[in-house]
Amino acid sequence: MGPLVPDIIGNDLNYIVALIIGILFGMVLEQAGFSTSKKLVGLFYGYDFTVLRVFFTAGITAMVGVIALNHFGLLDINLIYINPTYLWSALVGGIIMGLGFVIGGFCPGTSICAAAIGKIDAMYFVLGSLLGVLVFAEGYPLFEGLYKAEFWGNVRIFETLGMSQSIFATLMVLIAIFSFWFVTKIEHKVNKTKPEKFKFSPYYISLTTVALILVISPLVMPDRRESLLNEANDKGKLLINEISKITPDELALRIIRGDNTLQIIDFRPQEEFSKFALPKSIHFTFDNFFEKDALKQLRIKGKNNIIITKDENEALKMAYIAFKLGIKNISILDGGMNNFTESILDKNSIEKTKNLVNNDTYEFRLKASNIIPLLVEQNKSSGTIQKKSKRALGGC
Amino acid sequence: MEENKYMNPYLAGFLLGLVLLATIYITGRGLGASGAVKSTTIAIVNSIAPEHTHSDKFYQEYLTEHEDNSLKNWLVFEVVGVIIGAFISGLISNRLSFKIEHGPKITNRLRIATAIIGGFLFSFGAQFGRGCTSGAALSGMAVLSTGGIITMFAIFGGAYAFAYFFRKLWL
Repeated sequence: MGPLVPDIIGNDLNYIVALIIGILFGMVLEQAGFSTSKKLVGLFYGYDFTVLRVFFTAGITAMVGVIALNHFGLLDINLIYINPTYLWSALVGGIIMGLGFVIGGFCPGTSICAAAIGKIDAMYFVLGSLLGVLVFAEGYPLFEGLYKAEFWGNVRIFETLGMSQSIFATLMVLIAIFSFWFVTKIEHKVNKTKPEKFKFSPYYISLTTVALILVISPLVMPDRRESLLNEANDKGKLLINEISKITPDELALRIIRGDNTLQIIDFRPQEEFSKFALPKSIHFTFDNFFEKDALKQLRIKGKNNIIITKDENEALKMAYIAFKLGIKNISILDGGMNNFTESILDKNSIEKTKNLVNNDTYEFRLKASNIIPLLVEQNKSSGTIQKKSKRALGGC
Repeated sequence: MEENKYMNPYLAGFLLGLVLLATIYITGRGLGASGAVKSTTIAIVNSIAPEHTHSDKFYQEYLTEHEDNSLKNWLVFEVVGVIIGAFISGLISNRLSFKIEHGPKITNRLRIATAIIGGFLFSFGAQFGRGCTSGAALSGMAVLSTGGIITMFAIFGGAYAFAYFFRKLWL
């Protein structure tokens, strides 16, 4: 699951990734014509809308991609950088940038690009931008109030507007297409060229269709979590003959021996877990399956994950989902926690089985019923899964 | 040799979008540019006047965050890449040459002055916006950040509002 940094790609390799991404970024910007101020300011005087076309298409492409990757469970949106919202600072900063744009003819990225191919004006723009930071830094105490005012957190626009992400994204795609058509008309008017008939090329139509399907799919298609749960409800029971089961006796023995390979994953509700939990067990919920840290915990090599639920059906469902997520080392506790309580913990019911099981088992169970509560006292369970991963740091 | 034509803007936008998407998928963060300018400025000030940067709150916060080496920063590596990438692209398309571009009614000297002023304002504004067209507007739009999108509208809205007053520079 993305993002790949820092688990799959280490922090040092990330610098190489930055370099390669930068090369691609620079090449695309230059090829698009962003290395000349004349083309850039054309946007504001109506004679060349290249910037709008490139910028809007890029933004929409990435937006659609992020929505789709998240929907299909390939990207954890909680770990990616969402630019924080400081209302006044964003507005004032943006307006100053707009002023800088029409006066200077570049923005920082494009000026670097233009300077790289020898535009002397762009080099001076870069020089000016170094001074801009300097003045901000030196005057920081003056600006700090505005800089930090009206903080809304890492909010996302559809939340702010109170609509669903899919609807907002669909609107964006439609607005983009409308604006492409509209600016073409303006361009012809300003440049006094004869407007050609607007052509719907099959490429544009198919790309737009794909984009719309992807942004609408979260509305109509269940996401990965929902579809997995449905599947588990239907097919979980079929696992019963395939999955490895651990009997209460074996589990008790391994707990008493302090078996290090044992990793008890407890899916019971939080209240029951707080009341009584096996030594070193970890509390888990269905939602944890879709979090990077929790998955990591399940994927630790050499550990046997024992799924514990109230009864067996529930355990089979959870095991089914774990299998689907590629976690192999899974067993379930035979009969669930109910069975464990009856056979190991509850002295009365152990007495009742005295004549049903062989004598060694009976004696072991009696012994275990004394030892395990002690072990529970000594080794408090690990509680809920720890979230170690943080949102990526980003921004400028 | 004649300069080659620019790429179809929709294709360029699509490719740029894929680069941005790959960046988010791999690193969890977006693209940027002004952040590297910031790091560079701080590195320069830090090497010229270290006693100043070690007493000032703004620099101190930044340097602590970056382990006293403001150039070891993701965006600095990315921008070095941008320079290389743009250069390669210019080389392929025969666009490498030293020149000053300006509107027909102004002199080279005025163009240089406006470039410095424009750069100054843009990056000063980018500090407030917590990013520029790349870091706040484009990357913010990709992840649908409210702040990023507000900044985007403010940049382009501001530019349109001021465009009339500076038309002699360009037209």
